[in-house]
Amino acid sequence: MTSTAPPGVGSLEAHLRARRDEGRKLLLPYVTGGYPDDWPRMVEGFAQAGADAMEVSIPFSDPMMDGPTIQEASARALAAGWTPPKVLDAVSRIDPGVPLIAMTYYNVAYHAGHQRFATDLATAGLSGVILPDLPLEEVGPWVEVARPAGIETVLLAAPTAGDARLERICEKAQGFVYAVGVVGITGERAELSASALDIARRLKAITDKPVIVGVGVSTPDQAAEIAEVADGVVVASAIIRTLLDGKGFDAAVDFVGELRAALDGG
Amino acid sequence: MTDQQVPGGPLMGTPGDDGRFGEFGGRFVPETIVPACEELAIGFADAWADPAFRSELDALLADYAGRPSPITECHRLSDQLGLRLLLKREDLNHTGSHKINNVLGQALLARRMGKNRLIAETGAGQHGVASATAAALFGMECTVYMGEVDMARQELNVFRMHLLGAEVRPAKSGSRTLKDAVNEAMRDWVATVETSHYCLGSAMGPHPYPWMVRELQRIIGDEAREQCRALLGGDPDVVTACVGGGSNAIGIFAGFVDTAAELVGVEPAGGAAVGRAVPGVVHGSKSYLLQDEFGQVNEAESISAGLDYPGVGPEHSHLAEIGRARYESVTDAEVVDAFQLMSRTEGIIPALEPAHALAWISRARSELAGKTVLLNLSGRGDKDVGQMMEILR
Repeated sequence: MTSTAPPGVGSLEAHLRARRDEGRKLLLPYVTGGYPDDWPRMVEGFAQAGADAMEVSIPFSDPMMDGPTIQEASARALAAGWTPPKVLDAVSRIDPGVPLIAMTYYNVAYHAGHQRFATDLATAGLSGVILPDLPLEEVGPWVEVARPAGIETVLLAAPTAGDARLERICEKAQGFVYAVGVVGITGERAELSASALDIARRLKAITDKPVIVGVGVSTPDQAAEIAEVADGVVVASAIIRTLLDGKGFDAAVDFVGELRAALDGG
Repeated sequence: MTDQQVPGGPLMGTPGDDGRFGEFGGRFVPETIVPACEELAIGFADAWADPAFRSELDALLADYAGRPSPITECHRLSDQLGLRLLLKREDLNHTGSHKINNVLGQALLARRMGKNRLIAETGAGQHGVASATAAALFGMECTVYMGEVDMARQELNVFRMHLLGAEVRPAKSGSRTLKDAVNEAMRDWVATVETSHYCLGSAMGPHPYPWMVRELQRIIGDEAREQCRALLGGDPDVVTACVGGGSNAIGIFAGFVDTAAELVGVEPAGGAAVGRAVPGVVHGSKSYLLQDEFGQVNEAESISAGLDYPGVGPEHSHLAEIGRARYESVTDAEVVDAFQLMSRTEGIIPALEPAHALAWISRARSELAGKTVLLNLSGRGDKDVGQMMEILR
């Protein structure tokens, strides 16, 4: 397989670029590290159902960027005793065959210490990290340590940013550019926001890095619609919702399969 | 001691674009609200340098809030404690606390920036009431987030906010107190940033809030300094205030940081972020933070809803680290005693928050013997009477 990845890009970005360049739309489902109890099996199930990479959250006590659905799953995971080392240990025992990206909040990394946290992520087999409360201006010291440890730091790009800011974010983003689809926090939405298409267009116009839209992408139809502009989607709350509603493992895996089929045009 | 300097400018000066106080502060927020924080920093700097804005704010503080607040010398308490105790009477402000100083400034700024909705978090309800008040005055919409637990223990303030036309939304996650109200307020702001101003109530959060709130509260210290010089012919030996997020303390400290006065912040024992001195990042800034071994934020526990917060404003962490201010902590039991002591001895029912500072003075009275101590009486105790009735009965 020939990759168009420029020299020096990390393995996560190279993987996503390669798949995109084959004409595939990228699907990144989200799993809460610690909810439900058999979540590691879910990571493997989602990979088999067509995920190209996956977000695995390390639950944090104060998830500022998350709506009620993800908050609830995080709170349940924390209550069940899922500490960061325990989540990372579980991750190290699975091999889904696609890159895994940790999603957590900065204090988890800061408190552990940059070097230790980056090493722990890499040792567990993770390729990247999303720290939604560590924006462009603050991310430097973390990236300096994380990149050499083999961890790519995904940056968020929001509809509220001006063009100059989006360019700086795209320049610094590793792995992919996470386009925030709505002005708001994570959660299911009945309609795809016009801002999702708009931010995807703006980003695609200025970067060759994979542009993945998350926040407010809830259904297979929405995923297909946004993927006409973007390189792919992150789906989080809608997946967690099926689990919180007690529909179980098979229903969640089936839902990921439906997202895959929608992205594949069928 | 006017030559006290730290890298980056004079002590308690204007922070740089990175919003740092030493290593503390910064802007650790979701990308969506970074542009709004930048716009706010520029908007505040511009307004603060504009004489028209300043005179409009000064007029509101005088004619609406009732400033300047007086200094009261406590003769009976002074005799009893063996020191000279002065109170800066922020309890006499309109709405009953120092919170109005900050809120009038931010509401004026919001109007100037074209935002017609205020979002606020509140613990004890004082900042919520002040925000609802300013919103009513300016004809703005106001949504206040308050922890479910706090709504129960501060029922009267919830009703006050309703009377003033504000919507009060319960924060139902986590400890259901101030920390969770801040989370909800931030989430609201992330979703409504284009039309709403987040009227943050303490000297915490992302840059420019710690700096802006300190500047809006420094009127406490600036007035007190002049009043003390008129009364004492000099500065007090000790200036003390309670610290949760720390806005009343940072406001009064700002007036004395370049004097020889000792600055003492008093935290609740169950929320002593500075006392434990472990740095962390939550709610937009780096500061001392109560947390577990994995960086999960611990829940604070205090009798006072206004101080029931696991973090502290970043400038306090800086003042503690460089040794310019010291931070003590007191127990709930000591606070209950101090609350009654001030009520009976001076005829002033203090809010539970500043009762922390009196509790420290009372405990440290041998160390303070013969000294002049200025206490920032940040609010009145009416809101706490129901809770105290339960405790004392």
